Amino acid sequence: MKAMLDIKNLHARVGDGADAKEILRGIDLTVAAGEVHAIMGPNGSGKSTLAGVLAGRPGYIVTDGAVLYEGRDLLALAPEERARRGIFLAFQYPVEIPGVNNMYFLRAALNAVRKSRGESELDAGQFLKVVRAKLKLLEIGEDLLQRAVNVGFSGGEKKRNEVFQMAMLEPRLAILDETDSGLDIDALRVVATGVNRLRDPKRSIVLITHYQRLLEYIEPDRVHVLGSGKILQSGDKKLALELEKRGYAHLGSAA
Amino acid sequence: MSSNLDSLDPVRAVTSEGYKYGFVTDIEAEQAPPGLNEETVAFISAKKGEPRWLLDWRLEAFRHWQTMARPEWAKLRIAPIDYQAATYYSAPKQKTGPKSLEEVDPELLKTYAKLGIPLHERAALAGVAVDAVFDSVSVATTFKETLAELGIIFCSFGEAVREHPDLVRKYLGTVVPQGDNIFAALNSAVFRDGSFAYIPPGVRCPMELSTYFRINAAKSGQFERTLIIADKGTYVSYLEGCTAPQRDENQLHAAVVELIALEKAEIKYSTVQNWYPGDAEGRGGIYNFVTKRGACRGANSKISWTQVETGSAITWKYPSCVLEGDNSVGEFYSVAITNNLQQADTGTKMIHLGRNTRSTIISKGISAGRGQNTYRGLVRVQPKAQNARNYTQCDSLLIGKRCGAHTVPYIEVRNPSARVEHEATTSKISDDQLFYCQQRGLSAEDAVSLIVNGFCKAVLKELPMEFAVEAQKLLAVSLEGSVG
Repeated sequence: MKAMLDIKNLHARVGDGADAKEILRGIDLTVAAGEVHAIMGPNGSGKSTLAGVLAGRPGYIVTDGAVLYEGRDLLALAPEERARRGIFLAFQYPVEIPGVNNMYFLRAALNAVRKSRGESELDAGQFLKVVRAKLKLLEIGEDLLQRAVNVGFSGGEKKRNEVFQMAMLEPRLAILDETDSGLDIDALRVVATGVNRLRDPKRSIVLITHYQRLLEYIEPDRVHVLGSGKILQSGDKKLALELEKRGYAHLGSAA
Repeated sequence: MSSNLDSLDPVRAVTSEGYKYGFVTDIEAEQAPPGLNEETVAFISAKKGEPRWLLDWRLEAFRHWQTMARPEWAKLRIAPIDYQAATYYSAPKQKTGPKSLEEVDPELLKTYAKLGIPLHERAALAGVAVDAVFDSVSVATTFKETLAELGIIFCSFGEAVREHPDLVRKYLGTVVPQGDNIFAALNSAVFRDGSFAYIPPGVRCPMELSTYFRINAAKSGQFERTLIIADKGTYVSYLEGCTAPQRDENQLHAAVVELIALEKAEIKYSTVQNWYPGDAEGRGGIYNFVTKRGACRGANSKISWTQVETGSAITWKYPSCVLEGDNSVGEFYSVAITNNLQQADTGTKMIHLGRNTRSTIISKGISAGRGQNTYRGLVRVQPKAQNARNYTQCDSLLIGKRCGAHTVPYIEVRNPSARVEHEATTSKISDDQLFYCQQRGLSAEDAVSLIVNGFCKAVLKELPMEFAVEAQKLLAVSLEGSVG
């Protein structure tokens, strides 16, 4: 199987000088096309940092290692370039943009991606058709789209909106950063449905999560446990169940 | 507005009465003598063929101006202005401009394209002889005929002085007196031309005034004078300015705009100002020192100002409403952008005199580069203004670390029944917002433009449709290079 994502000995820190703090300390991870990987681990293990480094969030400095995405050096690309090449990050804390209509935002994003692929931009009418089809799948009301991006959204609405954006942008590598946290069971089901519908032999999904609960709805091909900036253990979905029973503590001591 | 108007019968005023001022004006000259004195004022008036009362009015303004000093309260750094070095009147030169679009600076054309300015207007804006480009005469004629059928007067200020002297005399200076401030006084003394509109009772003006004329009207010069009178029960929407970058050899621009709304009349006045802001180091650039004020004279009248200020090195203006009539309404919607070394001190005055008067102020200031942006606004409720209401919201957005935003509200309430609300926020475009947009595929510049347009939405939606679209693009162009 062809590797979608190939992370080799990745080290990254935040801050400079005396404030510098190494967070990722040698991550090795390969995700093949079509696979769903879950990355679990306690708070502070580096899960969100990994997601941030992959998406190109400012503030993280890669100090060693390499990341190949579809065989290309990912770290050399600007964040928008990564997005246009098919990397999508569902944010743990989606950002509010006052005054910008959610629909307008999404159309601008979709057209930026389409343009970079050499496809024609969608006009408002064409866009609306696509939107309506996806909305149905995700049980999202159209009113959500008429509001300003994430402004005044409940926690659940924000996460649904992330999954909706993901469905619209049809990424090749989707990274979901604790999309399940803070969701009630209904919202969790909607999010899981959205993700499951995206499963495709040509698409890879990385689920970053704190709890095993999400994995009851989305069955991962691989589960990795992150601790102190390294992958401590990898396995299939049984590993997640085991963690649920025994917690992270026994792994923590191994780190 | 055009050269033939200026040369028409320029003799009347001064030849008959000029001598008693103790000087003779050479009205054959194409240029006023350099410098600013009573002779200059008389020369301009004579060139315009103005009646005696208007010359007297100008001279009164000039004498007042001589006694005035520039006020120091604005948060602006302004180099001294040498009034004597300027020439206050010169006949429009037959420019040897570009003959076609091929001869125009490609950079300029690129900017027009970014702004989405219609192709036929681009040539005119770039200075290509207009009649060579499109049939302006027929458009203008149709426009004028439609207005004339309704009894609407819309013409140059000079023409109004000649054709409708009673209207001009009745209203000129009644909203902005000659001695209102030093720049209004200067304008009153030496203005050359401008626009005049009168809407007769009960008429709703069916088109945006100056939608077409924005190209030609731009030539009115550095001391423009605008007078708009909306008689009882009328509506008019007036557009001023242009999103296209405008250059001018005159550094100081001191326009005066007076609006008068009689009973149940409504005036909507929209401005997009994009004068040359100077280079990235702040060299050159226009001083835009404008006095704009509207009087809601009649009961149930309304005046609404909307402005998008992106140009000029220094912007100093406060479009204001004097709410005299009972139940009258004043509105001020403003977007002001300062980038590089631009400075803006802008806002409004809402003077509540009548009962149940209401005013709304929405101000959006955006600072980037080393720009300094000040909102300065006065809400005054006079003793007789029972039940006056004001709502003010001023928001500032900072881009980068070297710019400044300042909010200076003045609230004077002399009637206990008044209700005055003031909200102010200052925010930055956060790295998180930028990254969120970039993660969805937008470039940093597109992200800034998106965020800024969202920030300004409450104001932009007040602009007439076609203006709004251009204005949105203008915001993006004005902020180019503000994120690195």
